[in-house]
Formats: sequence, C-alpha cells, structure tokens
Amino acid sequence: MANYNLRINGNDYNVEVEDDTPLLWVLRDHIGLVGTKYSCGIAQCGACTVHVNGEAAFSCTLPVSSIGSDEITTIEGLSSEGDHPVQKAWDEVDTAQCGYCQAGQIMTAAAFLRKNPKPTMEEIENAMNRNLCRCGTYHKIREAVALAAKLK
Amino acid sequence: MANLTKTNRRDFLKIAATASGGLFIGFYWSGCDSPKMKVLTNEEILLNAHNFNSYLSISPTGDVVIYSPNPELGQNILTSFPMVVAEELDADWQKVRVIQANLDVEKYDRQLTGGSGAMPHSWERLRKAGATARHLLIAAAATKMNVDASTLSTSNGEVIHKESGKKMGYGELVTDASKLTAPEEVALKDPKDFKIIGTPVKNVENKAMFTGQPLYGLDFYREGMLHAMIQRPPFGMKIKSVDDAAARAISGVTEVVTFKNNVAVVGKSTWPLMKAKKLLKIEYEPDGVVESTFDHDRLFAELLNGKTAEVKRKDGDVDAAFKNAAQVITSEYQCPFLSHSPMEPQNFFAHVQGDKVELVGPTQTPDRARNDTAQLLGIPPENITVQITRLGGGFGRRLRADFVTEAAELSKMMNAPIKLTWSREDDMTGGAYRPAVRYRFQAALDESGNMIGYKLRGVGINAGNSTRENNFPSGAVENVLIESVDHKSAITTNAWRAPITNFLAYAEQSFLDEVALAAKKDPVQFRLDLLAKAKASPVGELQYDVDRMIGVIKMAAEKSNWGKDANVMQGFSVYFSHRSYVAQVANIEMENNQPVLKKIVAATDCGIVVNPTGANHQVRGGIVDGMGHAMYGNLTFENGLPKQKNFDTYRLIRMKEVPEIDVHYVQNGIDPTGLGEPALPPTGGAVANAIFKATGRRLRSQPFIEQKEFSDIKLQIKRA
Repeated sequence: MANYNLRINGNDYNVEVEDDTPLLWVLRDHIGLVGTKYSCGIAQCGACTVHVNGEAAFSCTLPVSSIGSDEITTIEGLSSEGDHPVQKAWDEVDTAQCGYCQAGQIMTAAAFLRKNPKPTMEEIENAMNRNLCRCGTYHKIREAVALAAKLK
Repeated sequence: MANLTKTNRRDFLKIAATASGGLFIGFYWSGCDSPKMKVLTNEEILLNAHNFNSYLSISPTGDVVIYSPNPELGQNILTSFPMVVAEELDADWQKVRVIQANLDVEKYDRQLTGGSGAMPHSWERLRKAGATARHLLIAAAATKMNVDASTLSTSNGEVIHKESGKKMGYGELVTDASKLTAPEEVALKDPKDFKIIGTPVKNVENKAMFTGQPLYGLDFYREGMLHAMIQRPPFGMKIKSVDDAAARAISGVTEVVTFKNNVAVVGKSTWPLMKAKKLLKIEYEPDGVVESTFDHDRLFAELLNGKTAEVKRKDGDVDAAFKNAAQVITSEYQCPFLSHSPMEPQNFFAHVQGDKVELVGPTQTPDRARNDTAQLLGIPPENITVQITRLGGGFGRRLRADFVTEAAELSKMMNAPIKLTWSREDDMTGGAYRPAVRYRFQAALDESGNMIGYKLRGVGINAGNSTRENNFPSGAVENVLIESVDHKSAITTNAWRAPITNFLAYAEQSFLDEVALAAKKDPVQFRLDLLAKAKASPVGELQYDVDRMIGVIKMAAEKSNWGKDANVMQGFSVYFSHRSYVAQVANIEMENNQPVLKKIVAATDCGIVVNPTGANHQVRGGIVDGMGHAMYGNLTFENGLPKQKNFDTYRLIRMKEVPEIDVHYVQNGIDPTGLGEPALPPTGGAVANAIFKATGRRLRSQPFIEQKEFSDIKLQIKRA
C-alpha cells in the first residue's frame, strides 16, 4: 500500500492503494468517479478513456504509480455544466444506444479535437477507431464529432 | 378519436407516489427555460403528485412523471414508452420526467427486454394509461369550468374550452381529476393526430450518460458492500483441487471460498480480486464430455448425414420432387459460437438479510432474477426486490440470471452486501453463447427454373430447433422438408440477438441467391415470384405476411436502384423475424480491381415508427452488428475453454469497418411490430451475395475473414 496525491478534474485526492492499481479502479472504487467505464481491462476498447495532461489515455492499464503530478480529467470534469462542445454535439446528434462506451468516446473525441480542431472525416475515423461500440453507433459518433468541430 | 378500448385493470392499480421508482433522474438538460430556474427533483415532484395508474403521476405543478417498466439496454424503451403515454395524455413533453420502474409483477406485465416484444406488447396499454388520465383531466375541467366535457379539447398539458378561450393546465386539475373513477373504456387518438409519436424525441438519459453519472449496474455502490469475482470451470470440467494461498496473500482480499464448482475471491475493491483470481491454482478434471471446436466439425458432418432428425415441417412429396427435378442444388453453411460481449460485463448487487433480499443491477429479465434467487434461497419471491439499472448492452446475455444468483449466494455466505463483477475474460469464457450451427439446404428446380422442392436440415450444439420451419420459403414451395438435430453439450448457449435467425437468415438468403442463379432468374424477381405463389395458393401453414414481405422487397429494390447500374455489384437479402420485415441491398463497387463495400440500403416494415432516431439506431446498429459478426466473429473451444478471452483475439467491428447505411421505412400505419432485432438477420446475406456478385466467391461459413474463399479478396469498406 502506498499513498498517492492525485490531481483529478482540478481537485486534489489522496488515496491509499497498491502501486499497480490502474487509474480506472482508483477512480471507480476509491474516489467514486464512475463515469469512466470498465469493459476490457487490456486497452482494447476505449471505454475507460480519460485525459492525462489533455491527451487521451486508457485508464485501465495506467498504474496509479505512474501518474505523479499529471493532470487527470474524467468525463465528470470535462465541463462544469455538461456543456463541452463534444457533449453538446453528442446530445444534439442523440448519439447513444446503451451509452456505456459513450463517455470514453466523448473523451477520445474531445482530446482529438483539441489537437485537430478542423478534421476531415477520414481523420475523425482514424481517431475514433480505437473506441469500440458494441451497439454500432459509429455513424452517429462520426456525425457528432464533425458537429462538435463546428460548435467549437 | 378512434379505437375504443377496454381498460386492463392490472395496469391501473394505483401506486403510492413515493414508493416506486428506481433511478431518479433529478435533472433535465433541455427541459428548463432558464439555467437559474430551480429544477425540482423527481422526489420533490412526487411528494405532491397524484397517481393515475401504474405508469403515470401528475403533480399540481403540472410536472408529469412517467414510469417505464422494461429494462433499457439501448433499444430506447426508456424514451419511447413514455412518449406513447405522453402522446395520449397530450402532455407537454418538456414537463415529462421518466423513471425506470422497479420490478413489480402486480403493476406491470411482461417487464422484460427480449424478443423485440416490448412495444408490440405494451403499445395499447401505454396509450390507455395516457388516454385515461386525459379523460379524467377533461372531466375535472368540465366541472370547474361548468361546461360540457364534449366542448373541451387538450393540447400540450392544458385543457382548452375553445368557445370561451379558457384554458386550465393539468396541474390545476390534477387534484380533482385524481379523485374521479377511471372509465372502463377510453377513446384513443387517431394516429394521424399524433404529435409526439413519430418525432425524434431525444434519449431521456443523454445528460446523465454524457456527463458520467452513475446509471449502470457496475456503477452501483453501497456503503459497506464487499466486492466479489468468481473463477468458473471450463465446460465439462469439475474442480479437483484448489490452492488459494497465493490469492489469499493479496492485500485487499478478505476471503476465498469454493462453492458449486466455482472459486470466489472476496474483498473491499475490484483490483485486488482481479490480481488474486489470476493467482488461484485450480486443478480441474473431466465431468462428462469435454469438447473442442475440432470435435464439433466432425460432429456436424455426422449429424447432417445421420438417419435421425426431428421433422419440423413436411409439405407434399419431397422425394418425388427431387427425383423429378431437372436440377438439384445443394449447399452447406456453418456458423461458429459467438459471445454476446455487451460493453458492460455481467455484474449484480445482492444483499441477503435473513429471508429478505435486495437485488440491484442490469438484467433483461428482472422477474427471472427474482424467481431464480427465490428458488436458490428457498424463500418466497415476494421477499425479494429488484431495482433495474440501465444496462450497458445485453444482446440476450442478460436474459439469464446466473450472475444474479451467484451474487445472492455469495451475499448469503458472506453475510454481507455483495457486488459481483465479471471481468471481460469471465464474460467471454463464462458461457451462454450463440450456438454453433451447420445447415444443409437442397433445392429442386423444374425445367423452367421453378423451385418445386426445398429441403433444410439444421444441426446445432445446444441450439434447440435450429430452423424456423414456417418461415419463407415455406408456404411458397409445394414440397418441403425441414428437419432439426440438436447435440447436447456442456457448452452453454442462450438467445443471442435474433436467436437462430441471426445466422439462419444469412445461410438461407445466400442459398436462395445460389438457387436464383441456377434458375437463371434475377434474385429479387425470384423471391417475388415465390411470394406471389404463396399469396395465390399457400402451401400448408403460412406464418408470415406475404404483402408486408413484398412491400419491403420492392422498397429496397427501388431505393437501391436494384440492377440499374452495371458498375454496382449488388447483393439482396430479406427476412422476417419476430414480427417485422427487413430487406437489404449491399452495394459493392470495384476500385483498382478490388471490391469496395460502399453502402447497405435497408427497407423496414415495423409498423408505426414511434421514435425515428431510436428506429434508425436499431436498424443501423442491427446491420453493423450483423455485418461485424459475419465478417469477424468467432469463438472457438479447446478442451472446454474458449480460446478467445478478450477483444484482442475476439474481434468486434470498428468504426472504419462500417459502410454507409441508408434507412427507409414502409409507412402502413399498423401498430408497432418491434425493431430490436429484425434488422440484423438479413445483413450477412446481403453482404455475402454482393461479394459473390463482385468476385464470384460464395462465402458459406462465418466469419468471412477466416474462409479460404475470402483469403485473397481485399474487401475495402468506404463511407461516402
């Protein structure tokens, strides 16, 4: 067990966990931020995507010991009122079916658009291809990312 | 106003305003005029609300609370059920709150998600729930305004007296209206007057989903609960010995317990359990037959040629038809096991206290969760409550209650509230798969290319009846023999989205493509000719609606410009499943001598489309699902254990692998016939038939990418 100070969504958290505990489980089991989802646990599906210093990262394979002073943003902290352009676009397009993967999709899209504010459809597809959606909402996700780029 | 219908008493039991409801959605994104306005929580609204029936409460503030009983797994029922109630109530949708109801067998009927059946089953009772309350609100307004009820109308949450211009909001009337007796019969709207049904109302949980609020079973935490994970045995094996010393040594693990061939690790959080589970040293030994995929391939050949099979349907004289045939076409098609793999792995919360149990989690069948738990613990079902969370997908896997009873059993053993979590590997190796099946089709053609005989034998592994004997082309062919053989295996199977037809449709529609080719007929015309025959002189029992099937075939052909462009290689497929009809055309174009899948056109007849966004999701999602598993899906076994354990080896379709999908609906005004599954079955056939057209390669087994016929085809997928 070790003690970690984590900077998440602009707040400081102190947790006592094993070094190898993935950030995903620190968020869910120890801090109570459950918007970041568990699905594969091996960095294959993207449901657990968070931002580490603004970059999209799979939290399911990110040991807490590797985080240090990095700034973590989760879906809960993407915006204060749920009004980030990507979240607004996701609502406008009515993107979700079951919705379980969508927080991860939104986090991937938000990090991508920050780096590439005016993407082509091909760039959108390349960026979003790392996130699985078992319901098959891919058409809506493409549309929502393209709309978010316009809303920015 | 049309359709006078009788009230179903069961649905109209009054409920205590605060006693019901599972997940409270305490905020609304677009529902308030100003962000500064105080938005009442559902609890605050319900405190003073008057209850009208199992589905509906209205508060003096004019806020409307609608309970939606069926589990939401992405089929959009939590939005579309309330839309139907609100429609007949003539509610202001901006003032509607939706609450997922808990399991309540007294108040609700068929409170489950499966078989694409929720909307067809509940359509009329939902409408009556809204219409009855509306009737009472009008009656209360007539008294208050001192006018005849027949002079009043309703719109957007108000009762209106047109002559005087007087209006009263539902909130002003609800106290009086709730004291009136509900009528036995109530008039329902003419569908042409619908204002909410047929419009793209947004998913009521968008805000919660897109801001990461706790909605799903896996998000449920209770103070003092323990976490648990289970190592389950390979199929056909039992535990010989367990060495749990290394697992117990993991910090955070509080208990390791062996029960019913399972080893459970229990602790205070999830990660230590994941580590501990990997450190369990469990020796297994055979407990019956331990199977591998290799055995199944051999078994299929034996059963297809075996003398014994269950005859499911027999029309005319098949032997004579095949003896007299000018041409006989024979083909075999095979599909592998598939995992359901919903994005949210199986999980459930259970708290057993004496003879009382609290269950919380994602289930497609809350009643089964309750009954199986009651049976396990030997207590009355009435002692068990079930709170239904949002489901992160289901696809049929959550029709079972194995993960519920495991949680309950552990809670009893540990004497503590337990949250049981399956890892992805547990979810993929833990059983209840889409069964593997092999089919042999045979068609007898006369000299003019007419199909005079049709034979199908399906052999499956725990598939039950692997045929749908009364489906097309039965009814359109004089001489038919449909047989099924089932092999009992230790590998567990379960309904998987569009059970049986998820593969049978592909096999059958590919085979009919082969038969049309042999008969030198256009594949669309070939089907239309058969249907014309089924209509004019049906052979035996006809369980599908010939006109609805013709309707989608013609629409798909028209919308896809079937056969009009020589540069587009098209594949056709049509299927009836559950209660709806879907025809699909896949378009492949050649670029640099390689096939490029550009588009799939779908024509759907599901009756009235309640929510076009939700319907498009189901059609597109069904097609993506059908195409993804036809292309890539494969679960194979070695000594009773799946070789694929996670998404690195079990391939699911990704964004770049989906073509454009063009969606059309037949507008015939009939009551909704369901759409959660019917768009999936036709897809594999449409894609395979287009691949054949483009390359001359017939794909008779899934997944396509593993077939040798496909090995040198570089199929690209591009969106417009």
